[in-house]
Amino acid sequence: MNHQLLVFLKALLGSCKDLLPIILVIAFFQFAVLQQPMPNIGDILIGLMLVVLGLTFFIYGLEMGLFPIGESMAQAFAKKGSISWLLTFAFCLGFGTTVAEPSLIAVADEAAIVAAAGGIITDTLESQHSYADGLRFTVAFAVGLAIVIGVLRIIRGWPIQYLILGGYVVVVLMTIIAPSWIIGIAYDSGGVTTSTITVPLVTALGVGLASAIKGRNPMIDGFGLIAFASLTPMIFVMIYGMVIS
Amino acid sequence: MSLFLEFLATLKETVVDVLPILSIILGFQLLVIRKPIPNIKQVGFGFIYVLIGLALFLLGLEKALFPLGKMMAEQLTAPEFIQAGEQVLTSIHWSDYKWVYIFAAAIGFSTTIAEPSLIAVAIKAEEVSGGAINANSLRISVAIGVAIGIALGSYRIVVGHPIHYYIIAGYIVVVIQTFYCPKLIVPLAYDSGGVTTSTVTVPLVAALGLGLASTIPGRSPLIDGFGLIAFASLFPIIAVMAYAQLTEAKALLAKQRLEKRNRSKIEKRNDKLKQQDSIKESKNNR
Repeated sequence: MNHQLLVFLKALLGSCKDLLPIILVIAFFQFAVLQQPMPNIGDILIGLMLVVLGLTFFIYGLEMGLFPIGESMAQAFAKKGSISWLLTFAFCLGFGTTVAEPSLIAVADEAAIVAAAGGIITDTLESQHSYADGLRFTVAFAVGLAIVIGVLRIIRGWPIQYLILGGYVVVVLMTIIAPSWIIGIAYDSGGVTTSTITVPLVTALGVGLASAIKGRNPMIDGFGLIAFASLTPMIFVMIYGMVIS
Repeated sequence: MSLFLEFLATLKETVVDVLPILSIILGFQLLVIRKPIPNIKQVGFGFIYVLIGLALFLLGLEKALFPLGKMMAEQLTAPEFIQAGEQVLTSIHWSDYKWVYIFAAAIGFSTTIAEPSLIAVAIKAEEVSGGAINANSLRISVAIGVAIGIALGSYRIVVGHPIHYYIIAGYIVVVIQTFYCPKLIVPLAYDSGGVTTSTVTVPLVAALGLGLASTIPGRSPLIDGFGLIAFASLFPIIAVMAYAQLTEAKALLAKQRLEKRNRSKIEKRNDKLKQQDSIKESKNNR
């Protein structure tokens, strides 16, 4: 019991260290640059305590739950030997985790307002909704496809750099032909798709697959799934923009 | 008491967000794999810890950091701060915004260090590489990448350059680095672009972009406010590969130095032996 407490305290201390830079930055800008007193300091202290506790719990649960389940599922699929089921799972994981992602919903709604203001779509709530939903499903589909391609790469052992660099070439070419108002949104959509729970799960899945398949190196073949998930949405959102206009 | 209620509300939201993932995992586990989950009790508790942790984390951010950080982004970009006393900016010079760039870099660095998904990937990378990749060094390199990315992205909004020039130039750097850096790091470097921007970074960075784009004449918050996240996802790739290249170069240098030292040691020893030999010889001769 004592030992567990010690581990927990150590983890708590680690989380404090992780948070220290933010506290320093905010304090420096508040006092030295903006030269203002800290508003409602009580709230801030409580909030910081919650953040530290939350981070500690998250990391604890990560190693207990998220990593093991990702790896055990990867191993089970590898043992089963059915590539089509594995790819179906990969697509569902990518699509399902993205379509409900709160930061994507926020970005899609904002993008709909941009489009309405720019006269791309009619300025009614209804068309804004359908535009935002369209964007959301486009990104979710792109992420699903990305995980499928990424898993296929792990199985076949394709080198990642040609696929990613090829993707970059496509992004650049699409940038030339896509309407200019979609470009900022498209570039951003690559970054917002991967949430805090998806990332550990997908990473564990990749590493688990690479260690379960003979001849694959978990370091070289296991990582890279997230890279695909941040690349394909850019391409697909630009396609979406071209279709809309 | 109200804090506890707020916690419950946040927890509910987090659970709703996680529900699709959970149902996919359970669905495939039960219908396709058809085997019980190994260590189900531990995994279940792990999930509960993750949910509680995430809810506490988000609530804390909402209470402490986001209001202050967002207010700061607004104040630093406000015309009154940039040009003392003036309400509307008439002419701007990019260097008027020096505090904005410094803030952008500092907030980019510090939020990335606290980003839970990056912590997860770094832990995994250290574990898989058998310690060859240090989790903290990896996180610091990614954070430096985000810092440079967001500072540069803010500069871009201030001067109003089109975004794709920067992104395409960044891609070219990534391509060149890919061919010269250690192969082991490439997939991890590519991944690090996507993991940096989530829970902590996005809201603060979005506030910064919006503040900049809405106060600078000629910028539209709706169009120029986007794009900072793209910078924050591109530059970590470059930074992580640079970190690997530096580590490799350092190792190479250390090896060369060691070889040199060993060589000189051997030479010295040989000299000594020769001397001893010659002394012996001269003794024998006598």
